[in-house]
Amino acid sequence: MAKIASAFAVGLLFGLGLLVSGMANPAKVLAFLDVTGRWDPSLALVMAGAVAVSAAGYLIARRRRRPLLAPRLEIPTRRDLDPRLITGAAIFGVGWGLAGLCPGPALTILTVVPAQAATFVAAMVVGMLLFRLVPSAASKPSAVQGVDA
Amino acid sequence: MDGFTPLSATLGGLMIGASAAVFLLLNGRVAGISGILGGLLARPSRETGWRIAFLAGLVLAPLVYAGLGGSLPPVTVATSFPLLVFAGLLVGFGARLGAGCTSGHGVCGIGRGSPRSLVATGTFMAVAILTVLVTRRLLGA
Repeated sequence: MAKIASAFAVGLLFGLGLLVSGMANPAKVLAFLDVTGRWDPSLALVMAGAVAVSAAGYLIARRRRRPLLAPRLEIPTRRDLDPRLITGAAIFGVGWGLAGLCPGPALTILTVVPAQAATFVAAMVVGMLLFRLVPSAASKPSAVQGVDA
Repeated sequence: MDGFTPLSATLGGLMIGASAAVFLLLNGRVAGISGILGGLLARPSRETGWRIAFLAGLVLAPLVYAGLGGSLPPVTVATSFPLLVFAGLLVGFGARLGAGCTSGHGVCGIGRGSPRSLVATGTFMAVAILTVLVTRRLLGA
């Protein structure tokens, strides 16, 4: 129960952070990606702030014996670069650049612009289901449940 | 530079980072949205509850934001519906094939110094910038 409550609180804080930072607004994300236009560097500061705190959290978590609510850390351990990683990231990049939406913001704005966000989220879920048809997708370490980056 | 919002961007970034840090310290998990959502598409398991709770928190964030007295920042989706469908398919498929998205690779993975996440983030950033360049500048969309 505590695990579920903390997941809810963490998801809520994540969504509030997306709203405060402006990253829940696809137009603002596209303004960052549009480097030859009227460039808005805000996304770089969002990433810098987020990475700094997430790195601190990781350093603390690694020194502790275990997380407070779980028996162990479940984080990705692979360090090799494989074609799937690069291909997947590139496909993701095309979609992100077309709409300015990625999974977190798309879910966060479901109640704000319901028709557009739900359309994108539904297509995204279909895309995720299509991935399951990729041969050996389920047995690849990169697809192990819950340890995706 | 147009519409640059350094203060709110930094504050929001710190909140996103804090969310990832707390999740690691409490639940021992990576706050990667595509991984959390993708895991729900498998058979229900002991993992199902916290995954739904996390996503519910995300979805309810605008209501809580407004409830706390904040006026919601503008959200502008200028993309047509057919293009939203195409983009959504690519984002969903690509995030699973590439084992992560902006949150999992960009925020959590880079925070851990993961070489895979650095390469993935560099790749999707570069490709997204190129995509915007082609659609906005060359095709004039």
